[in-house]
Amino acid sequence: MSGTIEIVLNGRSLRIESGTTLASALLNADVGAFRRSTSGEARAPLCGMGICYECRVTVDGIAHERACMIVAEAGMRIETPGGAS
Amino acid sequence: MTTVRRSDAIVVGAGIVGAACAAALARDGWRVTILEKSFASAGTTSVGMGHLVAMDDSPEQLALTEYSLRLWRELAPALDARAELDRCGTLWVAEDESQLSALRTKRATYAAAGIATEVLGQRELSEAEPNLRKGLVGALRVPQDSVLYPPGATLTLLDVARAHDAVLRENVEVREIIPNGVQLDGETIRADVVVIAAGSWSPRLISGLPIVPRKGHLAITDRAPGFCRHQIVELGYLTSAHVMTSESVAFNVQPRSTGQVLIGSSRELVGWNAATNRDILRRMLERATNFMPGLADLSVIRCWTGFRPATPDKLPLIGAWEPIPGAWIAAGHEGLGITTSLATAQLLADLIAGRATQIDAAAFSPMRAMDAVHA
Repeated sequence: MSGTIEIVLNGRSLRIESGTTLASALLNADVGAFRRSTSGEARAPLCGMGICYECRVTVDGIAHERACMIVAEAGMRIETPGGAS
Repeated sequence: MTTVRRSDAIVVGAGIVGAACAAALARDGWRVTILEKSFASAGTTSVGMGHLVAMDDSPEQLALTEYSLRLWRELAPALDARAELDRCGTLWVAEDESQLSALRTKRATYAAAGIATEVLGQRELSEAEPNLRKGLVGALRVPQDSVLYPPGATLTLLDVARAHDAVLRENVEVREIIPNGVQLDGETIRADVVVIAAGSWSPRLISGLPIVPRKGHLAITDRAPGFCRHQIVELGYLTSAHVMTSESVAFNVQPRSTGQVLIGSSRELVGWNAATNRDILRRMLERATNFMPGLADLSVIRCWTGFRPATPDKLPLIGAWEPIPGAWIAAGHEGLGITTSLATAQLLADLIAGRATQIDAAAFSPMRAMDAVHA
């Protein structure tokens, strides 16, 4: 990996390593809650391979995208509804 | 000193109908035991949509659903968060001019039954439900209809029953209905009254009961709050659901309190085969996306099947089963058991007590099936 890129997390700029998945990027940034379950519990990546759907975030306005399956690109806007930034 | 003997009643089945019957009988002073072969709500109660709906496919059905909706409104304050009650109303959607005239007939039928409705034109419909496809000609809105989570409502009904000393025994299989009692494995229980509320499974206890399992599929999406605001049903639903063809699908979507969209519906007569039928599921989802194209952008996270207890004349069996002393039936509600559970229970409790019923119960007598056979 070489270099860094900038994405937008919940409206705030975040500098991350290029070439990482969104899940890795958010975990590296100490995001603990990617989303909330219907009962309000925090959720974060579990399987890391697209099966468990626990890491869903909103990417460029599209809800329920799996963070572990998307390689971060410069300028991506990520929201973690109900989660911490 | 005189001792008042409380008579014993057994309810077989702890689905929503059995729970409602148990609550009604316990309130009447019966000492109620509920026997459930699995756990409460494990059968058809947990696999349906939970649409509380006035249904007008026959005068008897309309009278029963309307009566039951009144009872639901009375019960509403006792329902807690588990029931997820949402007074979202129903939209019956018309695709063309001929269906629009059918909507007006439907409006008149409801009005005669005292049910307020309003006709939405093309623009009003589009404003009410922006995710419906353009070009639909109108809809009938029934504001009094609502949606709930049936297993949650069943828990409340069981609480009511237990507050009046009813006892729920789960994982207990009834082997035989005997005169004034039931036979379990190695145990006989005597009771003055035995109510069979075992839904699709009732014919296993009363042979010859005209109930068949009519399979349906449902699918639920990820959360998409606000995607739809009413239970939306195509007007053609009645043709699909209430004519006994071998298989059919219809557009029927429901907003859940989580923001998820519950998508139905299908009907098949395939015995007890619970496997997902991909062809039916595909047709059902195509029908849904035809009416709401945006559904295609949502993810279905789960789909499942269930068995509605269907009768030949589309009416439930509520009343005495004369061949067996003490036996009463409350079963065969097909897709309306959630709506009509409370009216079923009240009718049955009134019949058992020898009281006058609020609506004519003759059309629901289980004996009509026998009469038809022997006529």
